[in-house]
Order: sequence, then C-alpha cells, then structure tokens
Amino acid sequence: MEDIKLIDDEGKRKDGRAPDDLRDIRIKAGVLQNADGSAYIEWGKNKIMVGVYGPREVFPKHLQRPDRAIVQVNYSMSAFSVDQRKKPGQGRRENEISKIISEALEKIIISNQFPRTSIDVFIEVLEASAGTRCAGLTAASVALADAGIPIIDLVPSCAAGKIDGQIVLDLDKIEDNIGEADLPVGYVPKTGEVVLLQMDGHFTPEEFEKAFGMAKEACLHIHKLQREALIARYPLEAGDENDGENADGNVDDNRGASQ
Amino acid sequence: MNSNDDSQSKRTLVLPGDELGDDNFKAGSGTYKLDGKIHAAQLGIMNISRDFINVISLSGSYIPKPGDSVIGIVIDNGPSSWMVDIGCPYTAMMHTNDVQWNVKYGEAGKYLKPGDAILAKVSSVGETKKTQLTMKEHGLRKIEGGLLVQVAHSKVPRVIGKGGSMISLLKQKTNTRMFVGQNGMIWLDGENRDMERASAAINLIDEKTRSTGLTEEISKFLEGASNGSPETDIDSDGV
Repeated sequence: MEDIKLIDDEGKRKDGRAPDDLRDIRIKAGVLQNADGSAYIEWGKNKIMVGVYGPREVFPKHLQRPDRAIVQVNYSMSAFSVDQRKKPGQGRRENEISKIISEALEKIIISNQFPRTSIDVFIEVLEASAGTRCAGLTAASVALADAGIPIIDLVPSCAAGKIDGQIVLDLDKIEDNIGEADLPVGYVPKTGEVVLLQMDGHFTPEEFEKAFGMAKEACLHIHKLQREALIARYPLEAGDENDGENADGNVDDNRGASQ
Repeated sequence: MNSNDDSQSKRTLVLPGDELGDDNFKAGSGTYKLDGKIHAAQLGIMNISRDFINVISLSGSYIPKPGDSVIGIVIDNGPSSWMVDIGCPYTAMMHTNDVQWNVKYGEAGKYLKPGDAILAKVSSVGETKKTQLTMKEHGLRKIEGGLLVQVAHSKVPRVIGKGGSMISLLKQKTNTRMFVGQNGMIWLDGENRDMERASAAINLIDEKTRSTGLTEEISKFLEGASNGSPETDIDSDGV
C-alpha cells in the first residue's frame, strides 16, 4: 500500500490533475418526468440522480411539524454502483449520509412557508467513485430549486483531502481509499454558513485550515455550475406569460363568462 | 384577440439567492430578506408591482391563498363538513354553512359525495395552512358532467393568456364552456368531440408553455383539428 505514489515527481496526481483541480462536473436540471424537481450530476466517474417531491403530506403523520416542513432525504446506492455488487438496502452508511444531507438542506429551505408538510429528496447513486455525498448534496439543491421550493441559496459541496502528505482537492476513488484524510464541506455562499463538515483521517490544524479553504474556494466554482444548469433548464424566450396578478383577475372574468 | 407583443414585458430569470433590491422595496412572494436586502427564494421571473418585488415561480405545487377560485374533489364528508382535495399538500375543509343548500346536521353526504367535483373559493387559510372553502358565492356550484383536465398550477396564467386571450380563443374555437381553477384544475363542458379538442389544446399549452407565439400556435392547432367538423362561430359566452 505504502509504495503506491499518488502524486508523481511533477506534482501531478494519478489522473493527471494538479493538487487544486476538480474532476469534471456536469449538472443537468429537470431530468425526471414525474418528480416535482430533479437533477442529474456527473462528477468524475460519479453518476447521481436526484428527485424531489413535495411539499406534500407527511407519512407517517407523527413526523409532521405544525410550524414547518420537514426534509426527508433518502440516499441510496444502486447494487451496480460499485465494483463489487453492493447489497441493496439502507445500512449504517446510507442512514448517515441521508441524515447529514437532510440537515444541510434544512438549513437552506425556507420551511416555515409549508407547515405540516414534507419535502422528500431521493438521491440515487448510479455509479460511485468517491465523493458521492458532496455530489449528492450539490445535485439535491439544484433539484430543490427546480422543484420551485423556496431556498436561501444553492448549496455547493466539495471535499478536500490529504494524500502523500499534500493537501489536494476533490479526492477520487484511489486517493480516498489509501489517502490520509478526507474533508467534505458544504458551503452556502450567500450566508457563509457551513452546512456540511465531516472529517475522516488526520489533519494538523494548519492542514485543516488549508484544506477547508480550498474546499470553500471550490464550492464557489461549483455554485456557478449549479446556476448554469438551472439557467439551461429554463431558456428564457420572451413569451406572452402574464404576471400572477393579472391572471387572478382573469379567472374571475372567466367565471362570469362561463355561466 | 391580442397578438403576442413580446417586447412589452421585460422578463428576467432569477435564481435562488439572487439579490433583487434593497430597502426601497418590500419583499413579496418568492423572496426573502437578508441583511436588509431582498433576495430571490425561488427560481422564477422577477416582477415589480408598486413597491413589492415578487418572484413568479416557474414550478412548485399550488399553495392556497384566500380568494382563489379552485376546482376541488370531495374526498370525504363528516356530519357537517366535507374534506376537499384541491391539489395541494393540504386537504381543504368546507362547512355545511358555506354552501348554498340548507344542510341538516348529519346529512352532508346527501348533497356532496366523495368523488364529486365542485367549483369553490378559498375563504380562509390559517397560520398552519388550515384551508377553508366556500361555495356561497355567485357561480360556485357542484360540477355535473363535462371533463376535468389538470395542468401545473404555474401554467394557469398561460392557459388564460394575456387579458384572457387564450381562454377566450379556446372557448370560441372549441365551443365549450370552461372554468380554470387557480390550482390548475380545468373543467370543460360541451360536445364530446369539442371537449377532446379543447383538452388536446390545453395539453399542448402545458407542454409548450415557454414557446413564443403560443396563442397563434394554439389557434392554428384548433383550426387544423376542426377540419371536417362544421365551423362553430357561436360565442361560448352565450351557452
């Protein structure tokens, strides 16, 4: 294990990236017909589909909150998403990731507008190659915006880590497996809040600061990609759409006419 | 019929988190206030009316507002009330006092049964979104016959069109009666063939919401679809 060199003499990583390079990220919004909102993300070799449903009635009923909407996230990995067939179903890992993503999304959703409802987010990992929680959270917030759910801002997410004693951005599979540390960060650019922060491995305080700073920086870049995905979903051709107020008045006219 | 004057309205797409204005404005629907600035909370079209900044959402489920005309489907009845599904996360209540009939206690089921469709108005929406409906207003009634078509609630303005242009076109060309609920439920009534054409046209509007010249396109579509059937000139208002 120890003799695998993750960074070569020229400072390049296994896949040719520089320490502060992200993998290729492609996001597409509005890909599912029957979901209220959806997004698909390809992040390196990760392929993740997110569907958002709601606000809708809460089942089971006792989970309902009289003052706000609850956010239920279901993160699941397909059996074929990894090299060795993954046993389907929710385990320790799935529960953990569902919980942290739901807590991150709760921070950005303006949930008091929909009391007694539930906003359900389904994150399906079709292909996994390290960093699925970050990619999942990134896509989930795009899907929320696509679903028309009021949110404070999109939340981009990205990991930084330590390999061969060096701080690098966005670990891929091999780096994640044999690297020394991994630090996923979810960051809300608008408020400066950190809504997701986990750490696996060891950093010195200085290394942590550096990794955290790099991840935050990368989040700002991913935020741009998220926005582009949404703009591409709604190409604005000037149409003859009315504003809401005007339309309200017309319904009344229309009622009179239909009598 | 109004032609589509695209240049008239300036439409800007805003995304959640976009800064829209400062303290000179008030935060309207689809927005939130942070550090004294107004930001978009939803993806949609920015709209300023008087001193309010609103974002008109392009998607999202229907949330009832007092005064909305809606079409609902009765799902259950109690001794003195009905539960009505109005296509939103909250089931609406309608008390027997809020209908035009004089309903005795325990006889609510005689007037409206589960499955019946009604034209109703949202009379109040409480703090926890407890929604009350009323039918005690001119024109509100139980729906008999006809066809119900569902479109996304965000597409209701397109079905109605600028100044009601689209809806009057639909009514005229298909010779049907029509009622559009704010919740996206549309009731049609007329000859079977006419209703089919009208619902096909509505589905087309639903699909092509964002294309330009939609009214003309629908007009063409309806003319094409009416080939072979006698052209109807009768204004549906007279029905």
